Amino acid sequence: MEKTPPTDPVQEDGWSRRLFMAGSAVAASMPLIPLRNAAVSAQLRPTPSDQPEAIVLHINKKAYRLAIDTRTTLLDAIRDHAGLTGTKKGCDHGQCGACTVHIDGKRVLSCLMLAVMAEGHDVTTIEGLAGPDGNLHPVQQAFIDNDAFQCGYCTPGQIMSAVACIVEGHAMDDDEIREFMSGNLCRCAAYPNIVAAVKQAKAKAEKA
Amino acid sequence: MKSFSFYRAQNSADAISAAASQRAGAQFIAGGTNMLDYMKLNVLQPDHLVDLNGLAKSEHGTIEVTDGGLRLGALVRMAEAQDHSLIKRDYPVIAESLMLAASQQIRNMASLGGNILQKTRCEYYRETSWPCNKRNPGSGCAAFDGVNREHAVLGGGSACIATYHGDFAQALIALDATVEIVGPGGRRIIPFSKLHRLPRDTPNIETTLEPGELVTFIGVPAGRHTRRSRYLKIRDRQSYQFALASVAVALDLDGDTVRDVRVALGGLATIPWRARDAEEILRGKILDEAAAHRAADLAFAGAESREHNAFKIPLGKATVVRALREAKEMKV
Repeated sequence: MEKTPPTDPVQEDGWSRRLFMAGSAVAASMPLIPLRNAAVSAQLRPTPSDQPEAIVLHINKKAYRLAIDTRTTLLDAIRDHAGLTGTKKGCDHGQCGACTVHIDGKRVLSCLMLAVMAEGHDVTTIEGLAGPDGNLHPVQQAFIDNDAFQCGYCTPGQIMSAVACIVEGHAMDDDEIREFMSGNLCRCAAYPNIVAAVKQAKAKAEKA
Repeated sequence: MKSFSFYRAQNSADAISAAASQRAGAQFIAGGTNMLDYMKLNVLQPDHLVDLNGLAKSEHGTIEVTDGGLRLGALVRMAEAQDHSLIKRDYPVIAESLMLAASQQIRNMASLGGNILQKTRCEYYRETSWPCNKRNPGSGCAAFDGVNREHAVLGGGSACIATYHGDFAQALIALDATVEIVGPGGRRIIPFSKLHRLPRDTPNIETTLEPGELVTFIGVPAGRHTRRSRYLKIRDRQSYQFALASVAVALDLDGDTVRDVRVALGGLATIPWRARDAEEILRGKILDEAAAHRAADLAFAGAESREHNAFKIPLGKATVVRALREAKEMKV
């Protein structure tokens, strides 16, 4: 199933192998429009409706015009509608952290947020971390350097959480890293290496 | 998930009228961490969601600290309050109760108002195939004869023993917090201790809020006891876990003598729980191990256990003793 090519690749920067799953929803690149809450429509929206709800999500500094059922979580909108499958679905109930993304720079669980509630905010996913030249983010590099994963499924969430953990100033020592990374479970139990990776990235951030 | 309508409220008056216009079945949503979880499980099935997040900047999203105490906007996120320097210094029990709850991701999302109104994590409430008087009034309680290791030993009744799992609420009830509410009938302020209802024979009615009423602010009065305060949380794993037993304690000491003391218990009761008898026996006394043990015994004088949760009574007592000891040893 995953090898089925999409029939209508509409993203300028390459198509997603799962775009076809979005059905009638269209993820289209368009010029970045500054959006504020006040500009977002407030009306009552019954769902499911005859016409899917039209929303605009700003993900990784790019605007995605999506047509969704209002019940769609931000996680499902990112994966199945915007076609950005780096963000993972683990428990889908806020217990594992695999779906961690940033909203306006703060880490949140995309499985516990409705996509309509993310309109007007800046969403950053794992795909948005690397620099424009393709260079890995220091936290991504630190995860590789420290072998901070085995199967890798929790890794995008771990990395998004770790980036925020360092920015928040909650990575002062091993105990604090463990406490403030506790919302990201790793069933392979790569925890010691994850702590090492966060420490390395924090040290590098301090030197920069 | 059942379908719903979604409305972005522009201000609190708009939110209240939007909810009122839909009568039953309207539900406010802020962080959504508790509600969306339960909507996915079909435990909560609101017909209409009224999104409050647009009110955060304009109305209920700030923390005010004055000589008189704290005024916390209901839309302040848990992480903001937990990291506030004056709350950490002058009301550590509040900062700790927030920091030890959930994960940082959830604390970035969850609002203070939503936190105090959170639903129980009782597994029989969460799964719709079980009988549950809270979810489906009159259907019975599967926890009475089920796996009730995590259930309440205080405040239960013949219909429900689901634990109130919140942490922040214990700090609030200990510090005599108040809750500011607006609704179709206007504005009112109630003691935090009057917000939650004992389950009795209607565990489905969890609070004293009227339909369409909105929590807007939480007030915490200042006092000499707030600086020497802490939140001790005991659980199966060290982080990102609900309490088996927790204690919020605030102490005002004159040497070793207790001028004032507040004790609240989490993970042990059906609602936020103030142990007033324990406080009473400590006031005016020297706080030593023996006094702390007497207070702990009194705190659980009315406790009732079931097959799997009897361990919570000695665990809870030990947590009270340790919390009092640690508060006494705090350098303030």
